[in-house]
Amino acid sequence: MTNLVRYLFLLRPVWAVLMALIVGSGLILLAGVSPLGAYGELFRGAFLDYWGLAGTLVKTSPILLAGLAVILPLRAGLLNIGAEGQIYMGALFSAAAALYLPQMPTFLALPICVLAGALGGGLWGMIPGYFKAYHGLNEVILTILMNFIAINLVSYVAGGPMMQAGAPYPYSEEIRPSLWLPIILPQTDAHAGVVIGVALAMIMYFVLRYSTTGFALDTIGRNVNAARYAGVPVRPYLVGVMFVAGALGGLAGAFEVLGVKYRLYHHFSPGFGFDGIVVAFLAALNPILAPLAAFFLSGLKAGALVMQRATGLESTVIEAIQGLVIIFVAASLGLKLDAEKWAARLRGRERLDRAVGDTFRKQGAKDADATE
Amino acid sequence: MLTLLSDPQALADLLGTSLRLAVPIAFAAIGGVISERSGVFNVALEGCILGGAFGAAVGTYLFGTPVAGLALAVVVALIAGLILAGLAVGLAINQLVAGIAINILMLGMTSYLARLILGADATTTMPGFEPFALPGLSAIPFFGPILFDVDVLTYALYLLVPFCWWAIYRTPWGLSLRAIGDYPVAADSAGISVPKVRTFAVLISCALAGMGGAYIVLAQVHVFTENMSAGKGFIALAALILGRWNPVGAFLACLFFGFSDALQLRLQFSAPDVPYQLFSMVPFVASFLALVVFAGKVRPPAAIGTRYIRGGK
Repeated sequence: MTNLVRYLFLLRPVWAVLMALIVGSGLILLAGVSPLGAYGELFRGAFLDYWGLAGTLVKTSPILLAGLAVILPLRAGLLNIGAEGQIYMGALFSAAAALYLPQMPTFLALPICVLAGALGGGLWGMIPGYFKAYHGLNEVILTILMNFIAINLVSYVAGGPMMQAGAPYPYSEEIRPSLWLPIILPQTDAHAGVVIGVALAMIMYFVLRYSTTGFALDTIGRNVNAARYAGVPVRPYLVGVMFVAGALGGLAGAFEVLGVKYRLYHHFSPGFGFDGIVVAFLAALNPILAPLAAFFLSGLKAGALVMQRATGLESTVIEAIQGLVIIFVAASLGLKLDAEKWAARLRGRERLDRAVGDTFRKQGAKDADATE
Repeated sequence: MLTLLSDPQALADLLGTSLRLAVPIAFAAIGGVISERSGVFNVALEGCILGGAFGAAVGTYLFGTPVAGLALAVVVALIAGLILAGLAVGLAINQLVAGIAINILMLGMTSYLARLILGADATTTMPGFEPFALPGLSAIPFFGPILFDVDVLTYALYLLVPFCWWAIYRTPWGLSLRAIGDYPVAADSAGISVPKVRTFAVLISCALAGMGGAYIVLAQVHVFTENMSAGKGFIALAALILGRWNPVGAFLACLFFGFSDALQLRLQFSAPDVPYQLFSMVPFVASFLALVVFAGKVRPPAAIGTRYIRGGK
């Protein structure tokens, strides 16, 4: 019985998501739309339709990678709000590599463009990592400010030096098709980015769980004094972890350029970096759960437009529901299972059974006697 | 640039714009000072500004008077504050996470509800607070018209800055606030209720940020647009660090950010051939550099960001 309580409790993010959807249905009712109909359209459009599923997978790639970019530093106690900026810098570096590097065979050029994106995001992530590790500046505020700088920087580049001549609004030249990412679902734009994202999530899981690096990171996150005492070079680790996190965000940006847009657009990311924070908490900081969380969240976003077309409900309601999801999940993670208290309750119930009697228990006991 | 210095009227315009751009950030930053002095990071300032802007627009739209708008702005921001206090103080969830969650919620909620409530009227300008000159003070040459021919919310801010300084440094309540932010265990032993003071500080802080949002709608642009806070809450967070968690310092830092914002707007007009995005990042670069260069020796409230559980570690 205590175990049942324990399992129900472990699943609390799931209950929290359901609660958020129920509260969200109140918002939908405000607009005079049936919540069941709206959610039905949403999930049908996101998951149960070949094209819809492809649309969900296209969004899963950046959201998953941004989620990993939040999870990794958070294991060491750093909150990376800068995935959005890292996505933009990754896209910038990747697009620059794709457009300006000399012609090369694809097997060489494509990895270079992808890695250029990772490098751009990594360097951008390393800056706040350095100031946090060596000057104690709050990484939350630094990464937030750097988001705005990166977004404006990409706007400037896409509207200035890299802008295609005569373009109606800021975007670059098109990248040549030999550098486009392969498509995984034929005739859709679901590209290979999501596969790489899932692979990286697996790798991160094993690194965090089974390697000394992962152990060092967790130790820094849990007790920095213990880590220092054990000889972990804390400051270089913090810079390094922010580089890798930034590189993950940068990959997301590179895949947006090489897999979806094929150009560098200004304002191309609708806040994927912030969705990454939601993913990190939905997945309870476990990289192996991040693909599921990212898939669910992308489904909400991709389905929102289908829902808007089918029911006339404003798709912005999904953003509000997304906020509710993270609040409920965060609240549910804050609840602690008081196992002692539950065990005491259950023991109390057993005593009550012995004193007052319980028909099922007696029946069971008689059956047991009969078989003996 | 040089013409600016030689032409007093242009300089006065620039300083007036700086003040107008600084006011919403200053409300939020002073709110942030109060909350962070009690040991609670208020990353939700951004969401509170947005919620305040939304409340101001909806209140004015529904009741036809900016006073109702201001009242609803404070109510919406207080709701955000209640959520933050419930999560960060009540449930002892990571304060940054709770704040970010509120920002996301506010962004979605205000966009959705604004479309439902304002609908097609969203672009019609609504009444707001008009500037009025204070007799006597506004006659001061040069600075008079800049500082003392403003709207009621800006005057309120002038009173708020010294009042908050007095409340934090010269009242018993301010002493308990600072004690809780620095060493909650000692404050608790002295019989001060840590959750109560922290909750109160968070609520005040969000209400002030909401007034900053109301200012944007009621005294500046007179319409509500989606995500119109556009990072002001985060600049406020940088400003309060730069102002050393002191309301007067934070206000001065906000004036600096307002000035850098006004300057970049001016540059956009004077150099139209340079892409404007290069200038729009100026306030953020200025905040970043200010933090990196000047914040080296700061000492934040010692217990900031940490949850307090009685008898806990």
